[in-house]
Amino acid sequence: MSAPATTTTPLLEVKDLVVEFPTRRGTLRALDQVSFSIAPGEILGVVGESGAGKSLTGAAIIGLLEPPGRIAGGEIRLRGERIDTLPPEAMRRIRGKRIGAIFQDPLTSLNPLFTVGQQLAETIRAHLPLSEQQARERAIQLLADTGIPAPEARFGQYPHQFSGGMRQRVVIALALAAEPELIVADEPTTALDVSIQAQIIALLKRLAREHGTAVMLVTHDMGVIAETCDRVAVLYAGRVAEIGPVAEVIHRPAHPYTRGLMGSIPAMDGERERLAQIEGAMPRLNAIPPGCAYHPRCPHVEPRCRAERPELMDAGATHAACWRVAAVAPAREGTA
Amino acid sequence: MAALSMWDRWRDSDVWHSFKRSPTAIVAALIAAVCLFCSLFAPWVAPHNPFDLATLNLMDSRLPPAWLEGGNPSYLLGTDDQGRDILSALFYGARISLLVGLASVLLSLVVGVALGLLAGFVGGAVDAFIMRVCDVMLSFPSILVALLIDGIGRALFPNAHDTLAFGVLIFAIALTGWVQYARTVRGSTLVERQKEYVQAARVIGVTPLRIMARHVLPNVMGPVLVLATIQVAAAILTEATLSFLGVGVPPTSPSLGTLIRIGNDTLFSGDWWITIFPGVMLVLIALSVNLLGDWLRDALNPKLQ
Amino acid sequence: MSALVEVRDLARVFDVSAPWLNRLVERKPRQFVHAVDGVSFAIERGRTLALVGESGCGKSTVARLLVGLHAPSRGEVHFDGQRIDSMAAGAALRALRRRMQMIFQDPYASLNPRWRVLDIVAEPLREHGLVQGAAAQAARVGELLRSVGLAEADAQKFPHQFSGGQRQRISIARALATEPEFLVCDEPTSALDVSVQAQVLNIMKDLQKARGLTYLFISHNLAVVRHVSDEVGVMYLGRLVEQAPKAALFSQPRHPYTRMLLDAIPDIGMSGRARTPVQGEVPNPLDPPRGCAFHPRCPHANERCSRERPALATFQGIRVACHAVEEGRIR
Repeated sequence: MSAPATTTTPLLEVKDLVVEFPTRRGTLRALDQVSFSIAPGEILGVVGESGAGKSLTGAAIIGLLEPPGRIAGGEIRLRGERIDTLPPEAMRRIRGKRIGAIFQDPLTSLNPLFTVGQQLAETIRAHLPLSEQQARERAIQLLADTGIPAPEARFGQYPHQFSGGMRQRVVIALALAAEPELIVADEPTTALDVSIQAQIIALLKRLAREHGTAVMLVTHDMGVIAETCDRVAVLYAGRVAEIGPVAEVIHRPAHPYTRGLMGSIPAMDGERERLAQIEGAMPRLNAIPPGCAYHPRCPHVEPRCRAERPELMDAGATHAACWRVAAVAPAREGTA
Repeated sequence: MAALSMWDRWRDSDVWHSFKRSPTAIVAALIAAVCLFCSLFAPWVAPHNPFDLATLNLMDSRLPPAWLEGGNPSYLLGTDDQGRDILSALFYGARISLLVGLASVLLSLVVGVALGLLAGFVGGAVDAFIMRVCDVMLSFPSILVALLIDGIGRALFPNAHDTLAFGVLIFAIALTGWVQYARTVRGSTLVERQKEYVQAARVIGVTPLRIMARHVLPNVMGPVLVLATIQVAAAILTEATLSFLGVGVPPTSPSLGTLIRIGNDTLFSGDWWITIFPGVMLVLIALSVNLLGDWLRDALNPKLQ
Repeated sequence: MSALVEVRDLARVFDVSAPWLNRLVERKPRQFVHAVDGVSFAIERGRTLALVGESGCGKSTVARLLVGLHAPSRGEVHFDGQRIDSMAAGAALRALRRRMQMIFQDPYASLNPRWRVLDIVAEPLREHGLVQGAAAQAARVGELLRSVGLAEADAQKFPHQFSGGQRQRISIARALATEPEFLVCDEPTSALDVSVQAQVLNIMKDLQKARGLTYLFISHNLAVVRHVSDEVGVMYLGRLVEQAPKAALFSQPRHPYTRMLLDAIPDIGMSGRARTPVQGEVPNPLDPPRGCAFHPRCPHANERCSRERPALATFQGIRVACHAVEEGRIR
């Protein structure tokens, strides 16, 4: 079942995506029927803890799944056309031109042997029919847009001459170079200091709005999601636990996991003696329980949860994969 | 998950699994095992004792292999010019070769790992000094160094006991091999030293020596094992070269290299089997050990899984 | 003095010059990083002092200076009234150091992957001869594991069989083996998922209450700091710029950098509060600004700030190092 349809044709539509890893101990399902969509110009957050599969989702969409991982089912459609079945050459053309990518570590995202300007110009000319001079001007403009002071001088500098935050701005400029319709950003601020993180988030949001680019923001940091995204999908053990508008998911989560997650985040407001904690841990990929993957840790578990896997269901303001969604009244976390 | 015994863990490990799936590794291991077995138990496995002068029969000298005309079934691969059975000589010779090879690798491993640990852990001037010594040693060809040491040894102890001659030979070969271990271990030590479990040990109050020996050493041994396997082959070949040149093992305990030299003189007069079979045995041992080393390196490299 | 730990004008300088030969040939000058530049604070028994700051501020170096992983370039470290930084190595120093232990940030690198958990947790016991005999050691290890919420049978396993949060608990068990009074925690939950972090933080708080432990808690995450600390110290480029009781710091931050930090935290409550835009980046520690280290980014900087380094002064029970606060230019 796909996520709730948006009023306009979705830019990106992921339906029942399955990603598997064949290992000698059997096939592991890292993503199990993940569905969501992103409207043009929308910022969707994909949040989850380690092992939930959020980075894999981004990698699958860009077509950069590391073998032996492979897409074993489902569809990925960009403006209605399927991109998961494209041959590598066609995918390469889409990557960069229509889908841009920002990764976590700015240190390794840039080639240390080439100047920043060379890398920018190369990317621009790979996707747009511009001359060298035009590409250079466009690159300098992009650097200025991302808030890098003295862009003409910086054009000729090497990545190691930039600080971490500056490098990430360059990476953002690279991602925007060919005017893509969608940017997949995988933990873009995790490696940065808090003050720089704030700057980068603001930058990403502003540029996305200005260029009308949709963003899929993958992160484990709920605060970043709250600041940046319009909607958010919460992943658990390779499945979507809940998806909906950001304010609703944060303040009125319907899924018990989302509630537990919100409860365990130390908040800047209010005092709590103990943080609400979820007992146990996320199951490993080779030990996912039958039925609902969260049921061993859920305080509201019922017999049905152990047997049947719930699909995403209407929970009022959001959609949650939980059988009790209608019965349990959504409340602020801390009481779960 | 219940605690597993060491055997269970081995059976479940990636290394064993990779071994099972690699025909090269299995064949190489089998050949190496057979050679090892024959050479270890040579006195019992070999049909004759070619170095017991009492059993030699000069009448049986220079017999071709059994399947050729003129051959004698009791001397399966023929005999040399003194009536020694080639097959038995192979086993005894391999024994010497393997002994020298393994002993020298063990010696260079111990010295190299110790120096590498010291250099990596202590750092500073000690590190710089040891690394410069390594650089200097690497600029000499290993055969020449071995020849040099051997020559010095003979000059110092002209009527040396056989055991001493072996000792000098093993020392000479070890001297050229330790550098690899030192550099590899130093690199790994530098990495491990920064890791927090080492710092935790320091906070607990463990002395640096114990940290080196009990914490860091187990974690840097992986690449050392691969190196050792490949170096065994190199050491055997070095010993063979030296024996071929006449400056290796004493003539009373001929190794495969010595046998090759003995047969070399008669090679072109038609008695090819005296040289060829020891040569083939040498190649088999070196090749199988090298292939095992190659497989081991790939198996232990997580990035190639 | 009831302070268990006291630090006076602590400093640590690292020589990051190029190797001697390079310097000779390329005529490069020697370069030094003042990772910690004159830090003073005291921690009362049973309390938690948190040190916060961004990367490069020196908080981790302070932690390491306290437990003896680095020797201070200047200054004094006092533990239980005795000076330990200059004490000669010997039984007395070992006895004092046994009373302080450390928990590290990376759960994957802080346990020796080749050792069983039993040996890892028992190492301090064996090293200091606290418990004799294998059976007694195993019993004590079991007790320690249970106190952090793990099972006794886990002692036979290897670290890779555990998750990040469980490994961090093993680290805590190991740190508690010598029954220390003071724990230095260097970003203990930064590498953990949020729900796991909650478990570990709860355990740490429970242990503190049960055993009367004193903590120095290093973190860059202000929300976590708010949850665990009693007092908070803010560091910038090796200097302590503000120190205050938790409630005061979070409700009324004085120093411009503290305000900037608090403003920069993503607002999960989405209260829509107005935020001052953040300017600039942390300067290169090899070439710190003259005078007040923060002045290039400070909206309240004046000419004096670029000349004179502000001293840590006490205002209404709070210590702040800022000319603008001292002169009353900021309220």
